[in-house]
Amino acid sequence: MKRIYMDHAATTPVDARVAAAMKPFLSQRFGNASSLHTFGQEAKEALEESRAAVARAIGAAPDEIIFTSGGTESDNMALKGSLKRGDHLITSAIEHHAVLHTAQYLEPQGVQVTYLPVDRFGLIDPADVEAAIKPNTKLVSIMHVNNEIGAIEPVAEIGVICRRRGVLFHTDAVQGFGKLPIDVRKMNIDMLSASAHKLCGPKGVGLLYIRNGIKLAPLMHGGGHERGRRSGTENVAGIVGFAKAMELAVKDMKKENAGMKTLSEKLVKRVLAIPDSHLNGHPQTSRLRGRPAKRLACINNFRFAGIEGESLVIHLDMQGVAASTGSACSSRSLEPSHVLTAIGLKHADAHGSLRLSLGRGNTAADVDYVAKVLPGIVENLRRISPLAKGK
Amino acid sequence: MAKQKQTTYGYSRKVLEVFRHPKNIGEIKNPDGFGLVGNPRCGDTMSMYLKISKDGEDRIEDIKIKTFGCLGAISSSSILTEMVKGKTIGDALRVTKDDVIKKLGGLPPIKVHCSVLSVDALKEAIYDYYKRKGRKIPKDLEEVHKHNLQVRESIEHMH
Repeated sequence: MKRIYMDHAATTPVDARVAAAMKPFLSQRFGNASSLHTFGQEAKEALEESRAAVARAIGAAPDEIIFTSGGTESDNMALKGSLKRGDHLITSAIEHHAVLHTAQYLEPQGVQVTYLPVDRFGLIDPADVEAAIKPNTKLVSIMHVNNEIGAIEPVAEIGVICRRRGVLFHTDAVQGFGKLPIDVRKMNIDMLSASAHKLCGPKGVGLLYIRNGIKLAPLMHGGGHERGRRSGTENVAGIVGFAKAMELAVKDMKKENAGMKTLSEKLVKRVLAIPDSHLNGHPQTSRLRGRPAKRLACINNFRFAGIEGESLVIHLDMQGVAASTGSACSSRSLEPSHVLTAIGLKHADAHGSLRLSLGRGNTAADVDYVAKVLPGIVENLRRISPLAKGK
Repeated sequence: MAKQKQTTYGYSRKVLEVFRHPKNIGEIKNPDGFGLVGNPRCGDTMSMYLKISKDGEDRIEDIKIKTFGCLGAISSSSILTEMVKGKTIGDALRVTKDDVIKKLGGLPPIKVHCSVLSVDALKEAIYDYYKRKGRKIPKDLEEVHKHNLQVRESIEHMH
Protein backbone atom coordinates (compact mmCIF):
# COMPACT_ATOMS: atom_id res chain seq x y z
CA MET A 1 0.00 0.00 0.00
CA LYS A 2 1.15 3.51 -0.81
CA ARG A 3 1.88 5.42 2.40
CA ILE A 4 1.40 9.17 2.53
CA TYR A 5 2.87 11.11 5.42
CA MET A 6 0.86 14.21 6.29
CA ASP A 7 1.94 14.72 9.88
CA HIS A 8 4.97 16.96 9.39
CA ALA A 9 3.98 19.15 12.35
CA ALA A 10 4.64 16.09 14.53
CA THR A 11 8.01 15.31 13.00
CA THR A 12 9.75 15.14 9.64
CA PRO A 13 12.06 12.66 7.96
CA VAL A 14 15.76 13.55 8.05
CA ASP A 15 16.71 15.02 4.67
CA ALA A 16 19.27 12.85 2.83
CA ARG A 17 21.67 15.83 2.64
CA VAL A 18 21.35 16.28 6.42
CA ALA A 19 22.01 12.58 7.04
CA ALA A 20 25.09 12.77 4.79
CA ALA A 21 26.44 15.76 6.72
CA MET A 22 25.91 13.95 10.03
CA LYS A 23 27.38 10.60 9.08
CA PRO A 24 31.12 11.31 9.53
CA PHE A 25 30.44 12.54 13.07
CA LEU A 26 28.87 9.24 14.06
CA SER A 27 31.96 7.21 13.21
CA GLN A 28 35.32 8.60 11.94
CA ARG A 29 34.95 12.02 13.57
CA PHE A 30 33.43 10.81 16.82
CA GLY A 31 35.50 12.95 19.19
CA ASN A 32 34.30 14.64 22.35
CA ALA A 33 34.31 18.38 21.70
CA SER A 34 35.85 18.95 25.13
CA SER A 35 38.94 16.81 24.41
CA LEU A 36 42.32 18.42 23.71
CA HIS A 37 43.48 15.95 21.05
CA THR A 38 42.79 16.13 17.33
CA PHE A 39 39.63 14.01 17.54
CA GLY A 40 38.24 16.44 20.06
CA GLN A 41 39.33 19.51 18.14
CA GLU A 42 37.67 18.24 14.96
CA ALA A 43 34.42 17.81 16.86
CA LYS A 44 34.85 21.21 18.49
CA GLU A 45 35.39 22.84 15.12
CA ALA A 46 32.24 21.25 13.66
CA LEU A 47 30.27 22.27 16.74
CA GLU A 48 31.36 25.89 16.53
CA GLU A 49 30.82 26.08 12.78
CA SER A 50 27.28 24.79 13.31
CA ARG A 51 26.67 27.25 16.10
CA ALA A 52 27.84 30.14 13.92
CA ALA A 53 25.67 28.97 11.01
CA VAL A 54 22.41 28.77 12.97
CA ALA A 55 23.22 32.03 14.76
CA ARG A 56 23.72 33.76 11.41
CA ALA A 57 20.40 32.39 10.14
CA ILE A 58 18.47 34.18 12.89
CA GLY A 59 20.60 37.30 13.24
CA ALA A 60 22.20 36.22 16.53
CA ALA A 61 25.82 36.03 17.67
CA PRO A 62 27.29 32.51 18.00
CA ASP A 63 27.77 32.82 21.76
CA GLU A 64 24.05 33.53 22.14
CA ILE A 65 23.17 29.99 21.01
CA ILE A 66 23.21 26.95 23.25
CA PHE A 67 22.36 23.52 21.97
CA THR A 68 19.89 21.37 23.92
CA SER A 69 18.10 18.05 23.59
CA GLY A 70 15.14 19.69 21.85
CA GLY A 71 12.31 22.19 22.08
CA THR A 72 11.00 20.89 25.38
CA GLU A 73 14.32 21.35 27.15
CA SER A 74 14.76 24.81 25.63
CA ASP A 75 11.31 25.90 26.81
CA ASN A 76 11.93 24.47 30.26
CA MET A 77 15.22 26.29 30.52
CA ALA A 78 13.83 29.64 29.34
CA LEU A 79 11.05 29.56 31.95
CA LYS A 80 12.65 27.79 34.89
CA GLY A 81 15.96 29.54 34.32
CA SER A 82 14.52 33.04 34.42
CA LEU A 83 11.60 32.90 36.87
CA LYS A 84 11.69 32.80 40.64
CA ARG A 85 9.17 33.13 43.46
CA GLY A 86 7.18 36.36 43.20
CA ASP A 87 7.81 36.82 39.46
CA HIS A 88 4.96 37.14 36.99
CA LEU A 89 4.84 35.25 33.69
CA ILE A 90 2.56 36.11 30.78
CA THR A 91 1.90 33.32 28.33
CA SER A 92 -1.03 32.13 26.22
CA ALA A 93 -3.71 29.47 26.47
CA ILE A 94 -2.50 27.79 23.27
CA GLU A 95 1.19 27.25 24.02
CA HIS A 96 2.77 23.87 23.53
CA HIS A 97 2.65 21.72 26.65
CA ALA A 98 6.40 22.22 27.05
CA VAL A 99 5.60 25.81 28.02
CA LEU A 100 2.14 25.33 29.56
CA HIS A 101 3.07 22.45 31.84
CA THR A 102 6.28 24.19 32.86
CA ALA A 103 4.23 27.27 33.79
CA GLN A 104 1.84 25.06 35.74
CA TYR A 105 4.82 23.49 37.52
CA LEU A 106 6.10 26.93 38.49
CA GLU A 107 2.77 28.23 39.83
CA PRO A 108 2.77 26.34 43.13
CA GLN A 109 6.37 27.51 43.60
CA GLY A 110 5.18 31.09 43.81
CA VAL A 111 5.36 32.22 40.18
CA GLN A 112 2.22 34.07 39.07
CA VAL A 113 1.04 33.17 35.60
CA THR A 114 -1.39 34.91 33.23
CA TYR A 115 -2.71 32.75 30.40
CA LEU A 116 -3.85 35.10 27.63
CA PRO A 117 -6.88 34.14 25.55
CA VAL A 118 -6.82 33.95 21.75
CA ASP A 119 -9.37 34.81 19.08
CA ARG A 120 -11.23 32.21 17.03
CA PHE A 121 -8.21 31.84 14.72
CA GLY A 122 -5.85 31.29 17.63
CA LEU A 123 -4.29 34.76 17.39
CA ILE A 124 -3.09 36.76 20.38
CA ASP A 125 -3.79 40.48 20.56
CA PRO A 126 -0.54 42.32 21.41
CA ALA A 127 -2.65 44.86 23.32
CA ASP A 128 -3.63 42.03 25.68
CA VAL A 129 0.04 41.37 26.34
CA GLU A 130 0.66 45.01 27.16
CA ALA A 131 -2.42 45.21 29.39
CA ALA A 132 -1.32 42.13 31.35
CA ILE A 133 2.10 43.52 32.25
CA LYS A 134 2.43 44.20 35.99
CA PRO A 135 5.30 45.65 38.04
CA ASN A 136 6.53 42.12 38.81
CA THR A 137 6.20 40.79 35.25
CA LYS A 138 9.53 39.19 34.43
CA LEU A 139 8.84 37.21 31.28
CA VAL A 140 6.44 36.99 28.36
CA SER A 141 6.44 33.64 26.55
CA ILE A 142 4.38 33.50 23.37
CA MET A 143 4.85 30.92 20.64
CA HIS A 144 5.74 31.93 17.10
CA VAL A 145 3.55 29.41 15.26
CA ASN A 146 0.93 27.21 16.88
CA ASN A 147 1.58 23.54 16.22
CA GLU A 148 -2.06 22.47 15.95
CA ILE A 149 -3.73 25.16 13.87
CA GLY A 150 -0.74 27.00 12.40
CA ALA A 151 -1.63 30.43 13.82
CA ILE A 152 1.26 32.86 13.29
CA GLU A 153 1.46 35.04 16.37
CA PRO A 154 2.46 38.73 16.14
CA VAL A 155 5.82 38.14 17.83
CA ALA A 156 7.51 41.24 16.40
CA GLU A 157 4.79 43.47 17.83
CA ILE A 158 4.93 41.68 21.17
CA GLY A 159 8.72 42.03 21.10
CA VAL A 160 8.46 45.81 20.76
CA ILE A 161 6.08 46.00 23.72
CA CYS A 162 8.27 43.82 25.93
CA ARG A 163 11.44 45.75 25.12
CA ARG A 164 9.71 49.08 25.80
CA ARG A 165 8.33 47.81 29.12
CA GLY A 166 11.58 46.19 30.20
CA VAL A 167 10.18 42.65 30.24
CA LEU A 168 11.97 39.58 28.86
CA PHE A 169 10.43 38.03 25.77
CA HIS A 170 10.76 34.32 24.98
CA THR A 171 9.22 32.67 21.95
CA ASP A 172 8.76 28.96 21.34
CA ALA A 173 9.62 29.02 17.64
CA VAL A 174 9.72 25.23 17.20
CA GLN A 175 6.95 24.96 14.63
CA GLY A 176 7.86 27.91 12.40
CA PHE A 177 11.65 27.55 12.56
CA GLY A 178 13.11 27.45 9.05
CA LYS A 179 9.70 28.22 7.58
CA LEU A 180 9.32 31.88 8.51
CA PRO A 181 12.20 34.36 8.55
CA ILE A 182 13.47 35.23 12.01
CA ASP A 183 15.72 38.08 13.04
CA VAL A 184 16.04 38.10 16.80
CA ARG A 185 17.41 41.65 16.83
CA LYS A 186 14.74 43.20 14.62
CA MET A 187 11.99 41.24 16.37
CA ASN A 188 13.23 42.13 19.87
CA ILE A 189 13.37 38.48 20.92
CA ASP A 190 15.33 37.79 24.10
CA MET A 191 15.05 34.01 24.08
CA LEU A 192 13.97 31.57 21.39
CA SER A 193 13.45 27.80 21.39
CA ALA A 194 13.82 25.63 18.30
CA SER A 195 14.11 21.96 17.45
CA ALA A 196 15.82 20.23 14.52
CA HIS A 197 13.35 17.45 13.82
CA LYS A 198 10.59 19.77 12.61
CA LEU A 199 12.72 20.95 9.69
CA CYS A 200 14.04 17.66 8.32
CA GLY A 201 16.81 17.45 10.91
CA PRO A 202 17.38 14.73 13.51
CA LYS A 203 15.41 14.21 16.72
CA GLY A 204 17.04 14.88 20.07
CA VAL A 205 18.64 18.22 19.25
CA GLY A 206 17.35 21.72 19.75
CA LEU A 207 18.61 25.14 20.64
CA LEU A 208 17.94 28.04 22.91
CA TYR A 209 18.93 31.52 21.79
CA ILE A 210 19.70 33.68 24.81
CA ARG A 211 20.41 37.34 24.13
CA ASN A 212 23.77 38.47 25.48
CA GLY A 213 23.48 39.80 28.99
CA ILE A 214 20.65 37.53 30.09
CA LYS A 215 21.57 35.19 32.91
CA LEU A 216 19.66 31.93 33.18
CA ALA A 217 19.95 29.31 35.89
CA PRO A 218 20.99 26.08 34.14
CA LEU A 219 18.82 22.97 34.22
CA MET A 220 21.79 20.67 33.68
CA HIS A 221 24.74 20.82 36.04
CA GLY A 222 27.95 18.98 35.28
CA GLY A 223 31.06 19.50 33.24
CA GLY A 224 30.26 23.09 32.30
CA HIS A 225 29.62 22.61 28.60
CA GLU A 226 28.03 25.38 26.52
CA ARG A 227 29.90 27.94 28.61
CA GLY A 228 28.44 26.58 31.82
CA ARG A 229 24.86 27.01 30.69
CA ARG A 230 24.08 23.46 29.66
CA SER A 231 26.32 20.65 30.84
CA GLY A 232 26.48 17.38 28.97
CA THR A 233 28.68 16.18 26.11
CA GLU A 234 27.49 17.90 22.95
CA ASN A 235 25.53 15.84 20.43
CA VAL A 236 27.92 16.83 17.65
CA ALA A 237 26.37 14.73 14.87
CA GLY A 238 22.89 16.00 15.77
CA ILE A 239 24.07 19.59 15.96
CA VAL A 240 25.83 19.34 12.59
CA GLY A 241 22.56 17.91 11.21
CA PHE A 242 20.56 20.75 12.75
CA ALA A 243 22.82 23.35 11.13
CA LYS A 244 22.60 21.61 7.75
CA ALA A 245 18.79 21.35 8.01
CA MET A 246 18.59 25.04 8.85
CA GLU A 247 20.91 25.96 5.96
CA LEU A 248 18.68 24.04 3.52
CA ALA A 249 15.49 25.48 4.97
CA VAL A 250 16.71 29.06 4.75
CA LYS A 251 18.13 28.60 1.23
CA ASP A 252 14.82 27.23 -0.11
CA MET A 253 12.41 29.07 2.18
CA LYS A 254 10.70 31.19 -0.49
CA LYS A 255 10.38 28.33 -2.94
CA GLU A 256 9.16 25.85 -0.34
CA ASN A 257 6.63 28.26 1.12
CA ALA A 258 5.22 28.93 -2.35
CA GLY A 259 4.91 25.18 -2.94
CA MET A 260 3.25 24.65 0.46
CA LYS A 261 0.78 27.42 -0.25
CA THR A 262 -0.26 25.86 -3.55
CA LEU A 263 -0.63 22.40 -1.98
CA SER A 264 -2.46 23.76 1.05
CA GLU A 265 -4.95 25.72 -1.03
CA LYS A 266 -5.73 22.62 -3.07
CA LEU A 267 -6.08 20.50 0.07
CA VAL A 268 -8.30 22.98 1.91
CA LYS A 269 -10.54 23.45 -1.12
CA ARG A 270 -10.98 19.71 -1.63
CA VAL A 271 -11.54 18.89 2.05
CA LEU A 272 -14.02 21.70 2.61
CA ALA A 273 -16.12 20.25 -0.22
CA ILE A 274 -17.13 17.59 2.34
CA PRO A 275 -20.49 18.62 3.88
CA ASP A 276 -20.33 20.05 7.41
CA SER A 277 -16.56 20.44 7.35
CA HIS A 278 -14.68 23.47 8.62
CA LEU A 279 -11.15 24.83 8.74
CA ASN A 280 -9.78 25.40 12.24
CA GLY A 281 -7.46 28.34 11.81
CA HIS A 282 -7.06 31.44 9.72
CA PRO A 283 -7.65 31.16 5.96
CA GLN A 284 -4.91 33.67 5.09
CA THR A 285 -1.59 31.89 4.49
CA SER A 286 0.41 34.63 2.80
CA ARG A 287 0.93 38.37 2.85
CA LEU A 288 -2.21 40.14 1.72
CA ARG A 289 -2.60 43.89 1.13
CA GLY A 290 0.31 44.64 3.43
CA ARG A 291 -0.98 42.38 6.19
CA PRO A 292 1.22 39.47 7.21
CA ALA A 293 0.18 35.83 6.87
CA LYS A 294 -1.97 34.58 9.74
CA ARG A 295 -1.49 30.84 9.29
CA LEU A 296 1.41 28.64 8.25
CA ALA A 297 0.25 27.03 5.01
CA CYS A 298 1.62 23.59 5.85
CA ILE A 299 -0.63 23.20 8.92
CA ASN A 300 -4.22 22.47 7.93
CA ASN A 301 -6.64 21.63 10.72
CA PHE A 302 -10.20 20.63 9.93
CA ARG A 303 -13.23 19.49 11.84
CA PHE A 304 -16.11 17.33 10.71
CA ALA A 305 -19.41 17.54 12.55
CA GLY A 306 -20.66 14.37 14.22
CA ILE A 307 -17.55 12.20 14.10
CA GLU A 308 -14.63 11.42 16.35
CA GLY A 309 -11.01 12.07 15.44
CA GLU A 310 -9.29 8.89 16.62
CA SER A 311 -11.60 6.76 14.50
CA LEU A 312 -10.98 9.10 11.59
CA VAL A 313 -7.19 9.01 11.94
CA ILE A 314 -7.11 5.22 12.18
CA HIS A 315 -9.36 4.77 9.16
CA LEU A 316 -7.05 7.13 7.27
CA ASP A 317 -4.00 5.17 8.39
CA MET A 318 -5.65 1.93 7.25
CA GLN A 319 -5.85 3.58 3.84
CA GLY A 320 -2.25 4.70 3.98
CA VAL A 321 -2.56 8.30 5.17
CA ALA A 322 -0.74 9.43 8.34
CA ALA A 323 -2.46 12.37 10.08
CA SER A 324 -3.33 13.46 13.63
CA THR A 325 -6.24 14.71 15.72
CA GLY A 326 -6.96 16.82 18.78
CA SER A 327 -9.70 14.43 19.86
CA ALA A 328 -10.07 13.66 23.54
CA CYS A 329 -10.12 9.94 22.73
CA SER A 330 -6.60 10.06 21.36
CA SER A 331 -5.13 12.00 24.28
CA ARG A 332 -3.62 10.46 27.36
CA SER A 333 -5.85 12.63 29.53
CA LEU A 334 -9.16 12.07 27.67
CA GLU A 335 -9.35 15.86 27.39
CA PRO A 336 -9.74 17.45 23.98
CA SER A 337 -7.02 19.71 22.60
CA HIS A 338 -6.50 22.84 24.73
CA VAL A 339 -5.85 24.78 21.53
CA LEU A 340 -9.16 23.86 19.92
CA THR A 341 -11.11 24.63 23.07
CA ALA A 342 -9.22 27.96 23.41
CA ILE A 343 -10.40 29.04 19.94
CA GLY A 344 -13.94 28.43 21.16
CA LEU A 345 -14.76 25.00 19.78
CA LYS A 346 -17.24 22.90 21.68
CA HIS A 347 -15.95 19.64 23.11
CA ALA A 348 -17.63 17.57 20.40
CA ASP A 349 -16.22 19.76 17.62
CA ALA A 350 -12.71 19.45 18.99
CA HIS A 351 -13.45 15.70 19.02
CA GLY A 352 -13.88 15.66 15.26
CA SER A 353 -10.66 17.46 14.39
CA LEU A 354 -8.08 16.34 11.85
CA ARG A 355 -4.68 17.87 11.27
CA LEU A 356 -3.08 17.35 7.88
CA SER A 357 0.38 18.92 8.00
CA LEU A 358 2.29 19.11 4.76
CA GLY A 359 6.02 18.86 4.22
CA ARG A 360 8.86 18.67 1.77
CA GLY A 361 7.94 15.20 0.52
CA ASN A 362 4.27 15.86 -0.25
CA THR A 363 3.01 16.20 -3.82
CA ALA A 364 -0.19 17.24 -5.56
CA ALA A 365 -0.88 13.53 -6.09
CA ASP A 366 -0.77 13.01 -2.29
CA VAL A 367 -3.38 15.73 -1.86
CA ASP A 368 -5.51 14.13 -4.57
CA TYR A 369 -5.32 10.76 -2.83
CA VAL A 370 -6.32 12.19 0.56
CA ALA A 371 -9.16 14.13 -1.05
CA LYS A 372 -10.31 10.90 -2.68
CA VAL A 373 -10.40 8.67 0.44
CA LEU A 374 -11.42 11.19 3.11
CA PRO A 375 -15.06 11.83 2.09
CA GLY A 376 -15.92 8.11 2.23
CA ILE A 377 -14.37 7.70 5.68
CA VAL A 378 -16.24 10.74 7.02
CA GLU A 379 -19.47 9.45 5.51
CA ASN A 380 -19.03 5.99 7.04
CA LEU A 381 -18.32 7.39 10.49
CA ARG A 382 -21.32 9.68 10.23
CA ARG A 383 -23.47 6.73 9.23
CA ILE A 384 -22.74 5.07 12.57
CA SER A 385 -22.86 8.27 14.64
CA PRO A 386 -25.90 9.31 16.68
CA LEU A 387 -24.76 12.94 16.41
CA ALA A 388 -24.51 13.30 12.64
CA LYS A 389 -27.23 15.15 10.85
CA GLY A 390 -29.39 13.23 8.39
CA LYS A 391 -28.91 9.53 7.74
CA MET B 1 -10.22 -8.30 33.42
CA ALA B 2 -8.92 -9.94 30.29
CA LYS B 3 -5.34 -9.04 29.58
CA GLN B 4 -5.09 -7.06 26.41
CA LYS B 5 -3.22 -8.62 23.51
CA GLN B 6 -1.88 -5.41 22.10
CA THR B 7 -1.40 -4.99 18.38
CA THR B 8 -1.64 -1.94 16.15
CA TYR B 9 -2.71 1.47 17.49
CA GLY B 10 -2.64 0.00 21.01
CA TYR B 11 -5.74 -2.13 20.35
CA SER B 12 -6.27 -5.88 20.01
CA ARG B 13 -6.73 -7.60 16.66
CA LYS B 14 -10.38 -8.24 17.50
CA VAL B 15 -11.06 -4.56 18.26
CA LEU B 16 -9.62 -3.60 14.89
CA GLU B 17 -11.66 -6.25 13.11
CA VAL B 18 -14.91 -5.07 14.75
CA PHE B 19 -13.97 -1.43 14.12
CA ARG B 20 -13.50 -2.12 10.42
CA HIS B 21 -16.81 -3.97 10.16
CA PRO B 22 -19.13 -2.93 12.97
CA LYS B 23 -22.38 -4.90 13.25
CA ASN B 24 -25.96 -3.90 14.03
CA ILE B 25 -25.37 -0.26 13.20
CA GLY B 26 -28.37 1.96 12.71
CA GLU B 27 -31.77 2.74 14.15
CA ILE B 28 -35.05 0.88 14.62
CA LYS B 29 -38.27 2.67 13.77
CA ASN B 30 -40.73 2.58 16.66
CA PRO B 31 -38.40 0.70 19.00
CA ASP B 32 -39.71 -1.07 22.10
CA GLY B 33 -36.83 0.42 24.04
CA PHE B 34 -34.44 3.29 23.40
CA GLY B 35 -31.43 4.49 25.35
CA LEU B 36 -29.12 7.45 24.83
CA VAL B 37 -25.99 7.54 26.97
CA GLY B 38 -22.80 9.55 26.98
CA ASN B 39 -19.55 9.92 28.82
CA PRO B 40 -19.36 13.45 30.23
CA ARG B 41 -15.57 13.45 30.22
CA CYS B 42 -14.52 12.28 26.77
CA GLY B 43 -17.81 13.02 25.01
CA ASP B 44 -18.48 9.53 23.59
CA THR B 45 -22.18 9.05 22.86
CA MET B 46 -24.24 5.95 22.05
CA SER B 47 -27.89 5.49 21.10
CA MET B 48 -29.37 2.00 21.48
CA TYR B 49 -32.60 0.67 19.91
CA LEU B 50 -34.37 -2.55 20.95
CA LYS B 51 -37.13 -4.69 19.47
CA ILE B 52 -38.45 -7.13 22.08
CA SER B 53 -40.43 -10.33 21.35
CA LYS B 54 -44.15 -10.31 22.11
CA ASP B 55 -44.27 -14.00 23.21
CA GLY B 56 -43.79 -13.19 26.86
CA GLU B 57 -40.17 -14.37 26.81
CA ASP B 58 -38.77 -10.82 26.51
CA ARG B 59 -36.30 -11.85 23.86
CA ILE B 60 -34.17 -9.21 22.10
CA GLU B 61 -35.37 -9.79 18.55
CA ASP B 62 -33.47 -6.91 17.07
CA ILE B 63 -30.90 -4.45 18.35
CA LYS B 64 -29.28 -1.47 16.67
CA ILE B 65 -26.75 1.04 17.87
CA LYS B 66 -25.15 4.28 16.77
CA THR B 67 -21.87 5.39 18.30
CA PHE B 68 -19.90 8.60 18.32
CA GLY B 69 -16.47 7.80 19.64
CA CYS B 70 -13.14 6.11 19.28
CA LEU B 71 -12.23 2.53 18.38
CA GLY B 72 -12.89 1.46 21.95
CA ALA B 73 -16.41 2.87 21.88
CA ILE B 74 -17.29 1.63 18.41
CA SER B 75 -15.99 -1.89 18.97
CA SER B 76 -17.50 -2.21 22.47
CA SER B 77 -20.95 -1.16 21.31
CA SER B 78 -20.88 -3.36 18.22
CA ILE B 79 -19.68 -6.50 20.02
CA LEU B 80 -22.26 -6.03 22.78
CA THR B 81 -25.12 -5.98 20.27
CA GLU B 82 -23.82 -9.25 18.84
CA MET B 83 -23.53 -10.76 22.32
CA VAL B 84 -27.10 -10.00 23.38
CA LYS B 85 -29.07 -10.32 20.15
CA GLY B 86 -31.52 -13.23 20.55
CA LYS B 87 -31.02 -13.41 24.31
CA THR B 88 -33.78 -12.79 26.84
CA ILE B 89 -33.59 -9.46 28.65
CA GLY B 90 -32.73 -11.35 31.83
CA ASP B 91 -29.71 -12.98 30.18
CA ALA B 92 -28.70 -9.80 28.37
CA LEU B 93 -28.58 -7.90 31.65
CA ARG B 94 -26.07 -10.42 32.97
CA VAL B 95 -23.50 -9.32 30.35
CA THR B 96 -20.88 -7.18 32.07
CA LYS B 97 -18.20 -4.79 30.88
CA ASP B 98 -15.66 -7.51 31.62
CA ASP B 99 -17.50 -9.88 29.25
CA VAL B 100 -17.35 -7.19 26.57
CA ILE B 101 -13.64 -6.59 27.17
CA LYS B 102 -12.93 -10.32 27.12
CA LYS B 103 -14.79 -10.77 23.85
CA LEU B 104 -12.73 -7.94 22.37
CA GLY B 105 -9.46 -9.57 23.38
CA GLY B 106 -8.89 -6.77 25.88
CA LEU B 107 -9.03 -2.99 25.82
CA PRO B 108 -6.33 -0.47 26.75
CA PRO B 109 -6.88 0.58 30.41
CA ILE B 110 -7.79 4.15 29.39
CA LYS B 111 -10.55 2.74 27.16
CA VAL B 112 -12.28 0.54 29.73
CA HIS B 113 -14.92 3.25 30.19
CA CYS B 114 -16.02 2.64 26.57
CA SER B 115 -17.14 -0.90 27.48
CA VAL B 116 -18.98 0.46 30.53
CA LEU B 117 -20.80 2.93 28.30
CA SER B 118 -22.01 0.20 25.93
CA VAL B 119 -23.40 -1.86 28.82
CA ASP B 120 -25.07 1.28 30.19
CA ALA B 121 -26.63 1.96 26.78
CA LEU B 122 -28.26 -1.48 26.88
CA LYS B 123 -29.47 -0.98 30.45
CA GLU B 124 -30.88 2.41 29.56
CA ALA B 125 -32.79 0.93 26.60
CA ILE B 126 -34.15 -1.87 28.80
CA TYR B 127 -35.13 0.70 31.44
CA ASP B 128 -37.07 2.50 28.73
CA TYR B 129 -38.75 -0.77 27.67
CA TYR B 130 -39.79 -1.59 31.26
CA LYS B 131 -41.03 1.96 31.73
CA ARG B 132 -43.17 1.79 28.59
CA LYS B 133 -44.61 -1.55 29.75
CA GLY B 134 -45.31 -0.19 33.22
CA ARG B 135 -43.15 -2.90 34.78
CA LYS B 136 -41.31 -2.80 38.04
CA ILE B 137 -37.79 -1.53 37.38
CA PRO B 138 -34.81 -3.28 39.00
CA LYS B 139 -32.69 -1.16 41.27
CA ASP B 140 -29.52 -1.19 39.18
CA LEU B 141 -31.41 -0.01 36.09
CA GLU B 142 -32.85 2.85 38.15
CA GLU B 143 -29.34 3.78 39.19
CA VAL B 144 -27.97 3.74 35.65
CA HIS B 145 -30.91 5.87 34.56
CA LYS B 146 -30.41 8.34 37.39
CA HIS B 147 -26.72 8.68 36.58
CA ASN B 148 -27.56 9.07 32.92
CA LEU B 149 -29.98 11.92 33.62
CA GLN B 150 -27.26 13.64 35.62
CA VAL B 151 -24.68 13.47 32.85
CA ARG B 152 -27.18 14.16 30.05
CA GLU B 153 -26.96 17.87 30.65
CA SER B 154 -23.19 18.02 30.37
CA ILE B 155 -23.31 15.81 27.27
CA GLU B 156 -25.79 18.14 25.60
CA HIS B 157 -23.59 21.05 26.56
CA MET B 158 -20.67 19.37 24.77
CA HIS B 159 -22.59 19.05 21.55
